[in-house]
Amino acid sequence: MAPWNRQVEEMPPDELRRLQYRLAKALVQRVYETSEFYRRRMKEHGVRPDDIRSLADIGKLPFMYKRDLRDNYPDGLFCAPKEELVRYHVSSGTTGKPTVVGYTRHDIENWSESLARGFSSCGLGRGDVLQVSYGYGLFTGGLGVHYGAEKVGATVLPTSVGNTERQIELMQDLHTTAIACTPSYLLHLGEVAEKMGVSIRDDTDLRIGILGAEPWSEQMRSRIEDWLGIRAYDIYGTSELSGPMFTECSEQKGIHIWGDLALAEVVDPETGEVLPPGERGELVITILQKEAFPMIRYRVGDITVMDEEPCACGRTHPRIHRIQGRVDDMLIVRGINVFPSQVEHALLEIPEVGRHFQIVVDRKGALDAMLVRVEVSEEAFSDKITDLMMIRKMVEHRLRSSLNVGVDVELVEPGTLPRFEGKSKKVVDRRSL
Amino acid sequence: MEKSYIVKQISIFSENRPGRLAAIAGALRDAKINIFAFSIAEANGFGVVRALVDRPEDAHRTLTDLGFRVSFTDVIGVKMRDEPGGLSEVASVLGDAGINIEYAYAYSGRDGAVLILRVDQVEDAVRQILDRGGELLKASLFR
Ligand SMILES: [Zn+2]
Repeated sequence: MAPWNRQVEEMPPDELRRLQYRLAKALVQRVYETSEFYRRRMKEHGVRPDDIRSLADIGKLPFMYKRDLRDNYPDGLFCAPKEELVRYHVSSGTTGKPTVVGYTRHDIENWSESLARGFSSCGLGRGDVLQVSYGYGLFTGGLGVHYGAEKVGATVLPTSVGNTERQIELMQDLHTTAIACTPSYLLHLGEVAEKMGVSIRDDTDLRIGILGAEPWSEQMRSRIEDWLGIRAYDIYGTSELSGPMFTECSEQKGIHIWGDLALAEVVDPETGEVLPPGERGELVITILQKEAFPMIRYRVGDITVMDEEPCACGRTHPRIHRIQGRVDDMLIVRGINVFPSQVEHALLEIPEVGRHFQIVVDRKGALDAMLVRVEVSEEAFSDKITDLMMIRKMVEHRLRSSLNVGVDVELVEPGTLPRFEGKSKKVVDRRSL
Repeated sequence: MEKSYIVKQISIFSENRPGRLAAIAGALRDAKINIFAFSIAEANGFGVVRALVDRPEDAHRTLTDLGFRVSFTDVIGVKMRDEPGGLSEVASVLGDAGINIEYAYAYSGRDGAVLILRVDQVEDAVRQILDRGGELLKASLFR
């Protein structure tokens, strides 16, 4: 489908960078003048608005963290007069205070514009019926997607979450062509539909899934697409940045970050140093045009890779790879950053072992030792010890080349590894003991 | 013809931790499955328990249901003459025919000692041993 805003979406990269610089410079000037928080933070850091003389100078600005949002609850970071706000969203923190985000009319407009471009890029527009099965209310998912979809002229069916059987009936009766929800909810919906005797593939008009708000994988995408007969697109955003904001395009090779709306950087989670495209690190976002709740160099905590190669879709804006995990899950083994999600992805490529694993990090003398426990798959199990030793060596080799750090592999009996997500069980770090 | 001498052994993946062998043996006992022979092969951290039982299919199902990784392996059982040189005779018959022995273990049954062999060319091995007057366990013992 044609770009929603061709002039912007296909802007030459140089021009885009110049625009980003102008917007960033204006943003810094504005927050310095209007916000006590930003002024104090910049002074502490010894940087003034005049010091921003190029786009790269953004790197001189201090980072913002989740704790800054909590410390300034509820509205200490707001930069617009209260009467200019047209909406609040509130995300509940798992620990401590929630985060409140305010929006001016212009902020809502930009948020919708961002999603309108994304939806158009995955072929969603007039004539489509989008079932929004994200939660409506304080959570940003439902209303965010809703406004973006209305903007592109799709018909919105705001089912919100829950009552899956009714969702399936409405999907058939109103000829839903696209659904926005979490990937796990879509799988659940597919299962419930089958129990009702409804095949999503054959008995509905569903052709597009806009899926996000939780981590998912390429394997999960293939499963959803093959089973339900739809195209599944990744959508990304967090409440601090407005909400869901960016999606993949029809190429399904990364999420376009609209450069006029946001400046994305990827940094080393330990040192904060900006990493070149292609290197894995923590996503840092500056929302360039936000009035009520600007975010400057916000450490999102998500792990990804920046991709500045031209996209086959023709859009010139940079892309980020699918989110590969959380910084909180990162381990440092012999000075190398290791993410459990890397182990998971590597194992998915090795049919000889199952997808479950456990990482045990220990210290042997002065050196860290990393052990990965895996299960031999049914197909690969041989009663010859030498075959099993070869599988172990091969897995060690594959993990070493994808993690860049030496790994010992232990083969364990099936069913003995933790089945559920969560760092607490998948990673055992004995070094602190 | 050779097939009637190919015996289905069950092989079970096992971690080297206390109680694993007891768990396997206990499960087979509870299912009233007789174990004729078994051996344990170990590497560091894990091992493979190999067993000849009277009802291999049932044993496979019982252990799989308990979460064990189980497979079938084709082996042969050579009856050993109770005299010196029995083992070297079997080994040289197979060696002369270019058949590799992957592993072997022995047990002593009612009718004397039996050598269980996993070889790379099982039908050839059966033929060679029978041709040279050797005696093999019948697969029909294991149903
Ligand atoms: Zn694209």
